[in-house]
Amino acid sequence: MNGTRIFYVLAALFALCVPLFGIYPIFMMKLLCFAMFACAFNLLLGFSGMLSFGHAAFFGSAAYATGWLMTAHGCGPIAGVAAGVGVSAALGLVVGALAIRRQGIYLAMVTLALAQVVYFVCLEAPFTGGENGLQDVPRGALAGLLPLKSDLVMYYAVLAAFVAVYLLIRRIVHSPFGQVLKAIRDNENRAVSLGYDIDRYKLLAFVLSAAIAGLAGSLKALVLGFVTLSDVTQANSGEVILMTLVGGSGTFFGPVIGAALVVTLQEYLSDLVGGWVTVIIGAVFVVCVLAFRRGIVGELAARTFRR
Amino acid sequence: MTTVFGVPLAVILGQLMLGLVNGAFYALLSLGLAVIFGLMGVVNFAHGALYALGAFAALLGMKWLGLNYWVALLAAPAAVAVLGLAAERALLRHVYKLPPLYGLLLTFGLALVIEGTLFQLFGSSGDSYPVPEALRGAWNLGFMILPIYRGWVILASIVVCTGVWFVIERTRLGATLRAARENGALLQSFGVNVPLLFAATYGGGAALAALAGVLAAPVILVTPHMGSSLVIVVFAVVVIGGMGSILGAIVSGLGLGLIEGFTKVVYPEASNVIVFVIMAVVLILRPAGLFGKE
Repeated sequence: MNGTRIFYVLAALFALCVPLFGIYPIFMMKLLCFAMFACAFNLLLGFSGMLSFGHAAFFGSAAYATGWLMTAHGCGPIAGVAAGVGVSAALGLVVGALAIRRQGIYLAMVTLALAQVVYFVCLEAPFTGGENGLQDVPRGALAGLLPLKSDLVMYYAVLAAFVAVYLLIRRIVHSPFGQVLKAIRDNENRAVSLGYDIDRYKLLAFVLSAAIAGLAGSLKALVLGFVTLSDVTQANSGEVILMTLVGGSGTFFGPVIGAALVVTLQEYLSDLVGGWVTVIIGAVFVVCVLAFRRGIVGELAARTFRR
Repeated sequence: MTTVFGVPLAVILGQLMLGLVNGAFYALLSLGLAVIFGLMGVVNFAHGALYALGAFAALLGMKWLGLNYWVALLAAPAAVAVLGLAAERALLRHVYKLPPLYGLLLTFGLALVIEGTLFQLFGSSGDSYPVPEALRGAWNLGFMILPIYRGWVILASIVVCTGVWFVIERTRLGATLRAARENGALLQSFGVNVPLLFAATYGGGAALAALAGVLAAPVILVTPHMGSSLVIVVFAVVVIGGMGSILGAIVSGLGLGLIEGFTKVVYPEASNVIVFVIMAVVLILRPAGLFGKE
């Protein structure tokens, strides 16, 4: 376990010093937002055993809510982000309540279909800007004092939010509630026979995951300053699955590594190979499922324990 | 003139007819999904991509080889079936023993590869496929003018669906296929080549998707992503009908097409989402689906 601690210290040092290395701060913030998104998704797939194929709906709806409130109504960043999280949590409650009526692949299909409804709403609704999306979302100032316009300030704000979420997820998973979730994931019938009201646990897990995914979406809207339909598409839902799968679903740090890989891949590969990125992502999916189901972190952990 | 909800009856009947055409596609596609799922336990996310592939095969067959529509109707599904067979042998057969979610994820990756490749090779603008000579023109049904081709789509879909239902539920081949799903090891000990059956099933399902693609080519723009949003609707259709029920897939496919057409008359804004709303209602009232057993 000591190795893990050293790793976390190094990771924290790296994250704190990133601005010194001259890495493009917007890129790092985008990466952190997607890492948070993947962690939220992992709470559902990795720790509760539910595959949602519509997580972009939560990410995107929160981004739209925040973007709209801040552009059209002059909300501050905290109110804007909080409203975004509220919207995605409420949406998570509705989608979750319907989705948990089925299990496994059916749950995946139901979330996919309901996310498509959210997509159509975002396409047609009067306040989302339709095909154009929302442009020029202001970042505002934290508590009216700290101007987030500076990428440096914004970076540390996003980093703080990410660390808080990461610790929160660890806390959730290690809590008695999290233990019940894992029990449901491993054997649903056994959890029922032990007297747990599994629907309540699953629904709460769904809402928590949706809310965190929403936080990631809202922050992404602030960081990049725009919200587009691609935030709510099926492709975005697919990418978050890939991030979690590549990094290692059911591990804490796996989704972060997966998100870092996929975002970097998209950023740099698209210059090299253009539109073939989709094909490469699809191929990575296939390889992951066939040969690499534990993901990077899961594979590393399995090797360490075997030794 | 007779009106219902303040809408002329003729308009309603017209939209219902168009809805039935859409329903014909839903039925064909959800049938293919139900066959693959019912017999192999795999949710085929690549179904929409295979549908697009069928349409492209018809289009390219015409452009490069000068094949006409009727040849394409057989050749395109055959070509896609070969591809499906290869994909099953190379990739899909490795996930049967894993939880079913992996089959979904694998075929999702496959869909990205197929659609991405089509997109890179042929662009996103799409191309149109001419309506075959013999099916041009329109019938006057009194309440509407029905283009003959659309009538043909409905007819073809119903014939194919009935045929597939008959083969799987009423023939010895179908019984063998169902037995392979029930207990593959036992069937294999009787000397039946079970892996071949599975490969053929996926190939057959892929051919059904491709056939729908060829049928659709003359009525919609052929683009790499023509199947990607359709497949989501078809998933919802399958959830409504109850997965694995072949009759359920056919009936709910046609029925939902009709309902969608009707929605276009009374509340057009909702026509994109009505199938999903019905799915939500079915989930609340009858989680296993209308025709599902659980």
